Amino acid sequence: MYDVAIIGCGIIGASTAYELSRYKLKVAVLEAQNDVANGTTKANSAILHAGYDPEPGTLMAKLNVEGVRLAKELCEKLDVERKQIGSFVLAFSEKEMDTVRELYDRGVQNGVPDMKVLTKEEVLAMEPNISDEVHGALYAPSAAIVNPWEFCIALAETAVRNGVEMHLNSKVTAIEKKDDVFHITTASGEFEARYVVNAAGVYADKVHEMVGGSGFHTIYNRGEYYMMDKSQGNLVNKVVFQCPSEVGKGVLVSPTVHGNLIVGPNAVNCDHGDDVNNTAEGLDFVRRLAAKSVPSINFRDSIRNFAGVRANSDRPDFIIEESAACKNFINLGGIKSPGLSSAPAIGKMTVELLKGCGLETEAKEQFIDTRKRIKFRELDAEGKKKVIAENPLYGRVICRCETVTEGEIVEAIHRPIVPRSIDAIKRRCNAGMGRCQGGFCGPRVHEILARELGVSLMDIQMDEDGSYILTNPTKQEVK
Amino acid sequence: MNTNYDVIVIGGGPAGLAAACEAYDKGAKKVLVIERDKELGGILNQCIHNGFGLHYFKEELTGPEYAGRFVELVKQTAIEVKLDTMVVEITQDHIVRCISAKEGYQELTAGAVVLCMGCRERTRGAIAIPGDRPAGVFTAGAAQRYVNMEGYMVGKRVVILGSGDIGLIMARRMTLEGAKVLACVELCPYSNGLTRNIVQCLNDYDIPLYLSHTITNIIGKERVEKVIINEVDENRRPIPGTEIEFDCDTVLLSVGLIPENELTRNAQIVMDRRTNGAVVYENMETSAPGIFASGNVVHVHDLVDFVTAESKRAGAAAAKYALGCKAGGPVTEVKTGSCVNYTVPQHIRRENVEKGVDVFFRVNNVYKDMVIKVTSGDTQLCAFKREHMAPGEMEKITIPKVLLDKASDEITVSVEHQ
Repeated sequence: MYDVAIIGCGIIGASTAYELSRYKLKVAVLEAQNDVANGTTKANSAILHAGYDPEPGTLMAKLNVEGVRLAKELCEKLDVERKQIGSFVLAFSEKEMDTVRELYDRGVQNGVPDMKVLTKEEVLAMEPNISDEVHGALYAPSAAIVNPWEFCIALAETAVRNGVEMHLNSKVTAIEKKDDVFHITTASGEFEARYVVNAAGVYADKVHEMVGGSGFHTIYNRGEYYMMDKSQGNLVNKVVFQCPSEVGKGVLVSPTVHGNLIVGPNAVNCDHGDDVNNTAEGLDFVRRLAAKSVPSINFRDSIRNFAGVRANSDRPDFIIEESAACKNFINLGGIKSPGLSSAPAIGKMTVELLKGCGLETEAKEQFIDTRKRIKFRELDAEGKKKVIAENPLYGRVICRCETVTEGEIVEAIHRPIVPRSIDAIKRRCNAGMGRCQGGFCGPRVHEILARELGVSLMDIQMDEDGSYILTNPTKQEVK
Repeated sequence: MNTNYDVIVIGGGPAGLAAACEAYDKGAKKVLVIERDKELGGILNQCIHNGFGLHYFKEELTGPEYAGRFVELVKQTAIEVKLDTMVVEITQDHIVRCISAKEGYQELTAGAVVLCMGCRERTRGAIAIPGDRPAGVFTAGAAQRYVNMEGYMVGKRVVILGSGDIGLIMARRMTLEGAKVLACVELCPYSNGLTRNIVQCLNDYDIPLYLSHTITNIIGKERVEKVIINEVDENRRPIPGTEIEFDCDTVLLSVGLIPENELTRNAQIVMDRRTNGAVVYENMETSAPGIFASGNVVHVHDLVDFVTAESKRAGAAAAKYALGCKAGGPVTEVKTGSCVNYTVPQHIRRENVEKGVDVFFRVNNVYKDMVIKVTSGDTQLCAFKREHMAPGEMEKITIPKVLLDKASDEITVSVEHQ
């Protein structure tokens, strides 16, 4: 019997698991996929928003500002890439300047620090590659960029090191409540828990329905992106948004913590939570709108497209509450933007909600709250010499584009949440994230994974289960 | 400067091996080849088909055989080889920083450096193919590695996008291993591969080639299930209503090669946007004195034989530089005229040309009955007739020294109808 079962291990489930791992509790995380961070958490703009967007008084407004404050310390302690680079919201007309001033006022009410409304000249002096058509901008220096999947992996790993049980490949198919105990049926077996936290992302409404709940529905909304080569990474130094307008929300152009440039997203409702396909129209739209902000983006330097599905809902705010239909069942639903920014605060708020439901929380004497990785390419010459001397595997570069060594890959495989696919390694070490997109290192990572896990090359997946890479050994009849 | 080596060659593929051998033959005593893989030979090791060496060795070899000949030559010399070693940085003053499991982090210096890092394949991301992102989409070279070196098949029903040579070779290879290759789809109205490969790899196996078509959708959640192709108009935009659907589990991409020049760029060496390689002089010297480049890192070649020839020039020039003989004098810039996409070299130092200078280039379309003209101002220096020209086949002309001496500081290579 678990005290708490958390359904879903995206950034929201991981934040909750991390916060709960402070206490003497038996906690299980039930994740449908073969890895954490594998839904919306891995496919978004990777921004910690300053917090001027949400309507004052909403949960979104409160949790966003609090979340980014908490994220700063968490990312430092857990060794997650984060850079506070600030953000611009560009205005391309006097009417849009009004919007900029409204956002400024909202930001003030939400408690966003140090914002400024900039003139055209000030904007162009700070960001010379921004279009000459710009009229001015809102500048929010507290906005940051982050590695979203690493943030999730770091929180989840630390929770596991603190005693939380992680159950991957455990898609929840039914929940029954008998005598105040939840009986949860999953793809990997039955779990019993006194409290349930529903952090199932785009599927939170479906999970809620399993306990007879209603009251919110996910509205799947897809956003498509371009990831550009590092040669484009210095085109802008800040997160560059556009004003929301009658034609849409606008797209952003921003450096990433890895030194690339991210461009997107559009926003189109879609039919399913896993409709993460790219479309010709969506990509056209992104290119066209991005060129309005930064005309010199060279889309020939694209290295990848991707799409994510936002967990919008039919309610205007985040849904963070005990289910009206089912006691001790906490819904974390409709966590759309600024969900990533709010995640650390949502984790804390969830613990308070559980306490309110009667969960007893006694702090552990020992709580691990730090984490350290070796990132070879960031070391100086002396540091490189030292790590190779200690472990020669750090002297063998596997991913040339991102300079990722075998040492880093092997270390990642032996961490608390075991990566079993090529993409799981990519998320942990960056191998395959560069301009050749794994063309060179893919087969090598494949070999290392099979060797370290003691499985056949045929067993290694690209990403989710079913995403097989090899079909059969050569010199065999194909059936 | 007291250096560790006369010549350091970065890359132990065909370019690097030829450059190193030639540098050694031309008197460089301490020559080092740094190779990131565990053996020499580069991409040739996975090219187990034949057709290599017809020009250089006058016989037909497989890739590993071709590489093997040079590995043998290296063994007969005092050339030093560092395997499993990755160069992480080079500088304009010839410092080479590299790492390996065996020797750790090292900083080496050389009288001259030859860059022979080769190229990489363009990916799906570079051409923004819409659709799902399942497993089963491979660059042709990555698939070739799995099939030829690891001994595993990557799919059973295959659609190939692009008619570059590796894609064509893989069409045949997958077929021979029992897979069904349903189509080879080419965006251009002509093939980008060698004619012999179209004949021997597609036609001989009844694999249809769809010219002026492209993949417009990849469908499949975990693994490729379906691919949609469309015909494209003259602006290479898909024409609605021309969809053809293929049930397949695999897409191989052969959509171009990109010279791998991260080290070059980081060293602030001047690059040519058209080739994606360094701008070079007649002796393959880059804008950084004493740093040379050759092979696919400069411009993508069709035939390894030409890589060898080019790299021998680079190796000889590197040896000469390391031994104290530096090239200089007035420079003629080579401009591209009509129908010509790029030239290598981009600059010629006339005093450094002995009998003549070879200029390599590609045309921007398929042409019949053309004449290549080299002009300087209003003066035509020389002309060469060609019956057939195509972007997939690199052109070479030799401009004799006597004619070059008549040129000003600029010559133009153009292609016109006869």
